[in-house]
Amino acid sequence: MTVRWWREVGWRHVAALLAVAFAVVPVLYVVSAAFNPLGTVVSTSVVPTEFSLVHFRALFDDPSRPFLRWSLNTVLVCVAVTGVQIFCSALSAYAFSRFRFRGRRGGQLSLLLIQMFPQFLAAVALFTMFTAMGEAIPALGLNTIAGYSLVLMGGALAQVWLLKGYFDTVPRELDEAAIMDGAGHGTVFVRIILPLARPILAVTGLLAFVGTLGEFLLASIFLTDTQRKTLAVGLYGIIESDRSNNLGVFAAGALMTALPVVLLFLFLQRYIVGGLTAGSVKS
Amino acid sequence: MIAVLIRVLCLGTAVGTAAALTPSLVSGRHYAVLAVAWVIVAVLVGTYATRRPLVAKYLVPGTILLVLFTVTPVLATLQLSTTNYGDGTRTTKQETITQVLATSVVETPDSPTFHLAVATTGNPVAGPFTFFLVDPATAEAFSGTEEGLVRLEPDQVTVAGGFVTAAPGYTFLTPKQVNDAAPHLREFAVPTEGGAIRSRGLREAFEGRAVLRYDEATDTIVNTDTGVRYTVQRQGDREYFVDGGGTRLTDQSWRAGVGLDNYRKVFTDPRILGSFLGIFAWTVVFAAGSVALTLALGLVLAVTLNDPRVRGQKLYRSVLLLPYAIPGFISILVWSGFFNQDFGLINGLTGLHVNWLGDPFAAKAALLLLNLWLGFPYMFLVTTGALQAIPADVREAATIDGAGRLTAFRRITFPLVLVAIAPILVAGFAFNFNNYNVVELLTHGGPFTPDNPNAGATDILISYTVRLAFGAGGAQFGFASAIATLLFVITGVLAAAQFRATRSLEEVH
Repeated sequence: MTVRWWREVGWRHVAALLAVAFAVVPVLYVVSAAFNPLGTVVSTSVVPTEFSLVHFRALFDDPSRPFLRWSLNTVLVCVAVTGVQIFCSALSAYAFSRFRFRGRRGGQLSLLLIQMFPQFLAAVALFTMFTAMGEAIPALGLNTIAGYSLVLMGGALAQVWLLKGYFDTVPRELDEAAIMDGAGHGTVFVRIILPLARPILAVTGLLAFVGTLGEFLLASIFLTDTQRKTLAVGLYGIIESDRSNNLGVFAAGALMTALPVVLLFLFLQRYIVGGLTAGSVKS
Repeated sequence: MIAVLIRVLCLGTAVGTAAALTPSLVSGRHYAVLAVAWVIVAVLVGTYATRRPLVAKYLVPGTILLVLFTVTPVLATLQLSTTNYGDGTRTTKQETITQVLATSVVETPDSPTFHLAVATTGNPVAGPFTFFLVDPATAEAFSGTEEGLVRLEPDQVTVAGGFVTAAPGYTFLTPKQVNDAAPHLREFAVPTEGGAIRSRGLREAFEGRAVLRYDEATDTIVNTDTGVRYTVQRQGDREYFVDGGGTRLTDQSWRAGVGLDNYRKVFTDPRILGSFLGIFAWTVVFAAGSVALTLALGLVLAVTLNDPRVRGQKLYRSVLLLPYAIPGFISILVWSGFFNQDFGLINGLTGLHVNWLGDPFAAKAALLLLNLWLGFPYMFLVTTGALQAIPADVREAATIDGAGRLTAFRRITFPLVLVAIAPILVAGFAFNFNNYNVVELLTHGGPFTPDNPNAGATDILISYTVRLAFGAGGAQFGFASAIATLLFVITGVLAAAQFRATRSLEEVH
């Protein structure tokens, strides 16, 4: 390790390690709190010192916080919303990428503008809308998983821009060749575009999934019944009711919520990085 | 062939669902929902059963959802913002009058009584409810709603032990459920000639005489016992029935249009204007600060690591991805523990004794620090991408021209990166402008001063709005909608301005 190496490369590692520490500390803290049998703010440190599964047991045994039920609700909402979002976004992105029609530019721009407004700014209106909806069709009212999912599906076109950017990179010659061979637009979409776009579909799907998983405001207004909560509202309730002493149980729940997502992220990392950079860098 | 089959199947499902819903929607008089359902079906059939609009086939599904659950609520917000809708004004004037009259029903010694069973076609807590009544003298059965009383034929319901026990399409409430629904049932009355039927206890109802009478011609309510007349009077932004001395008959008001009063209140009421401007300023600082800090850290890291001689870049990148991968609400709640003054990690590590969440300035700093942690990985990834897209010869040319490393970065690399990620910065600003989650989960908008419990030091406009709408001080839906509308406008203007600015940036380079 020469001085020269330190001056040109070594300090970069130091900076990176500092950033890594910054990024990792809260994560370690959750792990530590989840396994620490005392599970209080005072007793928890960044480095795990003790190991016990007592909080995980507490999480599953207490009927006042049906963790499995919340997980199931969350998975249902996330799968439904993500599925609809990717489906609708892919269809629209294909139209914007391949067809030339009147209002194409206007449509794209208004989409971009509408997406600048978070849906929950209209929370009051949504609340009244779904109160009325619940009176008409009880299965879709407030405090139902179906109704809540439906609200989030208002963002069905959230992924259009990212997908369109990718579709644009699929060479048009492929479509044209297929059309020469007698394929219709539907076949081109299903047989050519979609298979080639599989990586970006996976990434946008994951991003939509995580976004839905973390949605808190509308969930806290819509889902008040313990059995109907999602993980976001449910886990929030655990730590909010007693910030100091429920830390362990909360951390256990948080760990089980975040772990699958983190693993998926690491697994799909290559595509995520590619997708984010491609989405940002305009060509 | 399969495509046609799928199409028929999907359209069939849509038509079938709408058709199946129609009877119950008609009987419940939910005409708006009914109309929307059939309009959707019509659009779907018009799009997919005809050959004409090819593009529409791809755009319609997402657009329907967007219009229903994003655009419509925005328009509804606009409409709500011109009303006084909120606690005490949740009902229409007609409903308020009916309720006031019905609850004035008194029992007299000769009031007939009925055996009561409460049923619902909807929700056992919220209704809508139906009273099933049996006259113990004649054993005749009736069903009563807020519309009135209907005599039932013996074959329409099951009567056992003097009570109606079952009726098709209805769920009967258990005694416990009746108890739970008591607040609703107290205001429930079946209007009859000269009075109304109300419940008394769990299993009994009586037909009483209404003391109050509404006179439509003069828009007054008259007390037939005392002769006192109550006329409509405006008090504040609400109307009430009051007697000659100005005393309210009831605190129940009703939903009414107030024009632009809510907006006027924002800009003229000194207390609200003060909090509004303060919150607005902090919202801008918060959004801009979050973007600037995450960009700075992300870019510095990207530049530092974007050197082929640094080994393990992929590993660093994986670890730095962590904050981005963990669902936001979890990280925020964990961080809220870190800021604990006595036991929190930050004071513990630094040896400071900062009251992070109790001091207005420290709370703002805490919020920015948390947002930096949440956002820098994303900026790091994005700027790395932008850096790698810059052709190496551009930088080489600069070096040859004698620019130092810093100059080359400041004059060449940084502007190029900025142009490439400008849309992301705009989106990031808009996102943080309305980043409710962080504020609500970390500080709840606090700390608050004792004289203004509605506006905290770290409140951004959206958290302020939500508190007005759903907070403990009673719902003010109308006023909150006005602020939400202002937020829509501000967000739109800022976004448009930034897009314009970034476009001119592009033209420069």
